[in-house]
Formats: sequence, C-alpha cells, structure tokens
Amino acid sequence: MSLFNIMKIASTGMGAESVRLNTTASNIANANSVSSSYEETYKARHPVFAAALDQANSDMTKGAGVKVLGVVESTKPLQVEYAPGNPLADENGYIYKPNVNIVEEMADMLSASKGYETNVQIADTTKRIFRRVMQLGQGQ
Amino acid sequence: MAISLDKLVGFHQQALSVRSDRMEVISGNLANANTPGYKARDIDFNKAMKSAQYDQGGLVKTHDKHLSGRSQMQAEIEFRIPDQADTGDGNTVDAQVERNNFLDNGMRYQAGIMLLDGKIKGMKKALSSGG
Repeated sequence: MSLFNIMKIASTGMGAESVRLNTTASNIANANSVSSSYEETYKARHPVFAAALDQANSDMTKGAGVKVLGVVESTKPLQVEYAPGNPLADENGYIYKPNVNIVEEMADMLSASKGYETNVQIADTTKRIFRRVMQLGQGQ
Repeated sequence: MAISLDKLVGFHQQALSVRSDRMEVISGNLANANTPGYKARDIDFNKAMKSAQYDQGGLVKTHDKHLSGRSQMQAEIEFRIPDQADTGDGNTVDAQVERNNFLDNGMRYQAGIMLLDGKIKGMKKALSSGG
C-alpha cells in the first residue's frame, strides 16, 4: 500500500529537519562559548542531507526519502579576540570565539521548522485520506 | 449478463493508484526540500492513466510457468522544469508549488474515493434488491 510509503517519506523528512533544528539549537547555545585554544573552541555544525534513492529503489517506492549523511563542522576561521582579563585567555592574552553566525542560524532555524511543518501536514493529510479509504463501502 | 466487478471499479482503482503514486513522489520532493542537488520530480497523470489502461488486458498464458503478463504500472516519473533560476545548491524543489500539488492531488484522491464509494454502495443496493 503506497499510502504507507508517504507516511514513511514524511517521517524521514521530519527526522532530517529535526536533526537540523538540533544542530541549530546547539550552535546558538554555544555561540558565546569562548575557549583558550583554537582546537577546543566550538565550531558551527551543520547536517548534510541527501536523497535516499537507493533505499527507495529496493522498496519499490516512487518517492525518495531524505537521510542525514552526517554532521560537518564549519571550517570558517574563528574569531580571535584580545582579552587579557578573561580567565580563559591564553598566554598571549587571546580568547577564541566560535565561528557561529547567529543571523544565519536563525534563518536556518526558520527554514527547518517550516520544513518540519510541511512534513507534518503531509502525514496529517495522508492520515485523513487513509481514514476515508478505511470507510470505503460502509453504511447504506 | 455476468457482473464484472473489475469493470465496475477498475477505472477508479487505477486512478487512485496513480494518484497515490503521485502523492508519494510529491511527498518525496517535500521531504527533500532542503537537500542540495535534489531535482523535483512529478508524474504526468494523463500519461500514467493511459499506460495503466493500456496494460489492463495482460498477456495470455499458455504455460503454468509463464510469467504473468500483467505488468506493474510503470508511471513515468519526470523531472519538473524549475520556474526560477538556480538557488545556489542545485535544488529545484519549490515548496509552495509542491504543497499545492500535494493538496490538489489529495482532494482528487478523496473525490476518487467518493466515486468508488458510490459505486460500491450502488452495487450493495442492487444485491440486496433495494432493501
């Protein structure tokens, strides 16, 4: 029954978007976590999405779900600030701030929550249609 | 005259099958709305319906071990032509268009269900001699 496949695809979409929301939340939460070395500093994380076509073919489905290939850390340069008074400053008096762009993350968050919402609506519509199918031929 | 249930519901059954396939493709598009490089796809309902009706007859089997000629409905999935320039990541899904398409398709599916329901109810009435 391919109506089940629609549910499955919508759930892969919801899963992927929630991973994205998760990384965004983590990025924003750590936007101001300074540290005393380049390596220790938090770097912005972003998930990489890919269409799950291989799985779709084996299941004989027409649509393609989405999967998260992995989460990559941003390679943008960190912000280095001279703050000798900070307890986390290194021997030269510098602190390292994460390369999180708050504006970018907010836009990302909106996009992810909209995407999640769309997938929820798909699942909801499918559910309603499914209910109609179940009632086929009932009553007088 | 023999009552052919296949003829009674055949057309609607195929239409609903194509509709649900199309909904699947569109839900795949929406799930991949943020996947870089994903190209939006769609099923041409007209073409799919024609091929479904063409396949209806199936092949005559002259031996037990012959494969059934009834071919799986192979609706042609085509890539949608994007109506806006590349957004930068090679993705051609327009979420608004897809949502509208999904809704439209869902309504038509429900309409198909209602027609099918009417047929089944009519048949029930006929079998119970109107009582």
